[in-house]
Amino acid sequence: MATNELTGVQDYPSPLAEFWQAYRTNKGATVALVYFALLVLAAVLAPLLAPHAPSEQYRDALLAPPVWMEGGSWRFIFGTDDAGRDILSRLIYGAQLSLLIGLLSVLMSILPGIVLGLLAAFYPKKLGVAIMRLMDVMMALPSLLLAVAVVAVLGPGLANTILAIAIVCLPASVRLTRAAAMTELNKDYVVASRLAGAGQIRLMFNTVLPNCMAPLIVQATLGFSAAILDAAALGFLGLGVQPPSPEWGAMLASARDYIERAWWVVTMPGLAILLTVLALNLMGDGLRDALDPKLKKMA
Amino acid sequence: MFGFILRRLAVMIPTFLGITLLAFALIHMIPGDPVLLLVGERNLDPEFYKTAMHRLGLDQPLYLQYWHYLSGLLQGDLGQSIRTQEPVLHEFFTLFPATVELSVCAMLFATPVGLAAGIIAATRRGTVVDHGVMGAALTGYSMPIFWWGLMLIMLFSVHLGWTPVSGRIALEYDIPAVSGFMLIDTLLSGEEGAFASALHHLILPSIVLGTIPMAVVARMTRSAMLEVLREDYIRTARAKGLSRLRIIIVHALRNALMPVVTVIGLQVGTLLAGAVLTETIFSWPGVGKWLIDAIGQRDYPSVQGGILLIGTMIILVNLLVDVLYGVINPRIRHAR
Repeated sequence: MATNELTGVQDYPSPLAEFWQAYRTNKGATVALVYFALLVLAAVLAPLLAPHAPSEQYRDALLAPPVWMEGGSWRFIFGTDDAGRDILSRLIYGAQLSLLIGLLSVLMSILPGIVLGLLAAFYPKKLGVAIMRLMDVMMALPSLLLAVAVVAVLGPGLANTILAIAIVCLPASVRLTRAAAMTELNKDYVVASRLAGAGQIRLMFNTVLPNCMAPLIVQATLGFSAAILDAAALGFLGLGVQPPSPEWGAMLASARDYIERAWWVVTMPGLAILLTVLALNLMGDGLRDALDPKLKKMA
Repeated sequence: MFGFILRRLAVMIPTFLGITLLAFALIHMIPGDPVLLLVGERNLDPEFYKTAMHRLGLDQPLYLQYWHYLSGLLQGDLGQSIRTQEPVLHEFFTLFPATVELSVCAMLFATPVGLAAGIIAATRRGTVVDHGVMGAALTGYSMPIFWWGLMLIMLFSVHLGWTPVSGRIALEYDIPAVSGFMLIDTLLSGEEGAFASALHHLILPSIVLGTIPMAVVARMTRSAMLEVLREDYIRTARAKGLSRLRIIIVHALRNALMPVVTVIGLQVGTLLAGAVLTETIFSWPGVGKWLIDAIGQRDYPSVQGGILLIGTMIILVNLLVDVLYGVINPRIRHAR
């Protein structure tokens, strides 16, 4: 915190500094943020970092064990799979896929979610009821089953996985935006802005929306983790990203056959999924505590 | 009470109609021609094609098709499985008990463990125990359960040889299906060792399926307990000189249970979605595995019926939880 030279009074910290101070107190969330930053870095720098190409098959090293096991070598740090592909390289390239799926599906659900949620809050009589009824129907099915249904129609693949997960995540962001906007709508500053002649669009996006952002940012983080988990589940079921793509869930789809012979083929991709989802959930908790202390109790 | 149930029921109807619309749309959004999809042939005789379209009612306008679909549903007609030519409804309910049995066992494991973990964490707030339990709960909540299942199979089935790898019962037993619930049927059959075998097969899948609900129950119990433990009447009880255990179990837990019961009811969706993954890993012959197999083999009537029935089950259980909640808590029953 800086001190004003003339008056000797302490300046208020900037909002970002204030946020960071609150976020930093949560140790788990800070560690998770570091892990996540490293993961993003690994995904971006994958061609430089990965020791091998993700689909390169080394026929001389099928199911080679990791380096710390007997018979392992530094050539394949996490070992190789049944086709002789380097697992570490596949995990690094898989991070690209998982982060891409998470990012795109969150964007594709949050942006329409904000618009629909604001519409539902501003026009609660007819449009709002219609929107919320539709969301109720979508919420009636658990997210993975709805995603399975969507993929059953559209067919498997990367683009359809992203689309299916975006559809599945939509109701949560609509409901959240609507709830947040409804509490803001009756506040004085909104009424003042309305009296000053602000149009509906301006009221929605300039006046109300910025004050609804805290829960939406938290939702985006938790949605990110749910998206990665659902995408991996779809991949595992053979309905998501298709092999030989190094998607973490798809890597596990055939791993069942190697349970008895090569534990590393089974363990590594799942560990990557678990750590990433855990990190995002910890970050979500940290963000919630830092951005919106009111919500802290609800956990 | 009756009025309360009716009101709840009225809210469910639009949701149910919505799900039928979703299931109906599902089969109409599949790219490609439905008749060719069903028959699976190219260069079809145009005359046959026409009669097939007519027989399936596909030459009618969409709203009429939906009407026929809906009235068929209300008469229990969900179409025929392409794989087996059996009615979808019959197939579903033959396999459904296996899923219910697994889900019930998962909750029987998840609820007590989650409750105990939540209580322990709440009463030792801020200590290493609290952090450890909550860390474990968050890990469980973040768990990709299909991987978790593989890891447990690797440890307990392959390395230690304690539990079987897959299926509902050892192959040597031939248990006639009376109730569809293996635990009950094995008892009825009176075959020696059959019940133990069935129980043995249930352990790992139940743990896997119960992991996420357990984590949710633990987190919810902890925060509800913390809320209650702050209340004045707890201080009063303490001042009266009651034992710590009695205060926690009798005074605090009882009032903390309400939100926990709600959260347990909400796990039905998690269980049915988790069943898809758990049943696939353990080759458990329930509706989850059936649904995934149906998608794999393009058995669209089964997919459509399965989604509809699972959605309906979830709505019905939510209704049941709502009603039970009203029974326990009169304040909700009389609120409009």
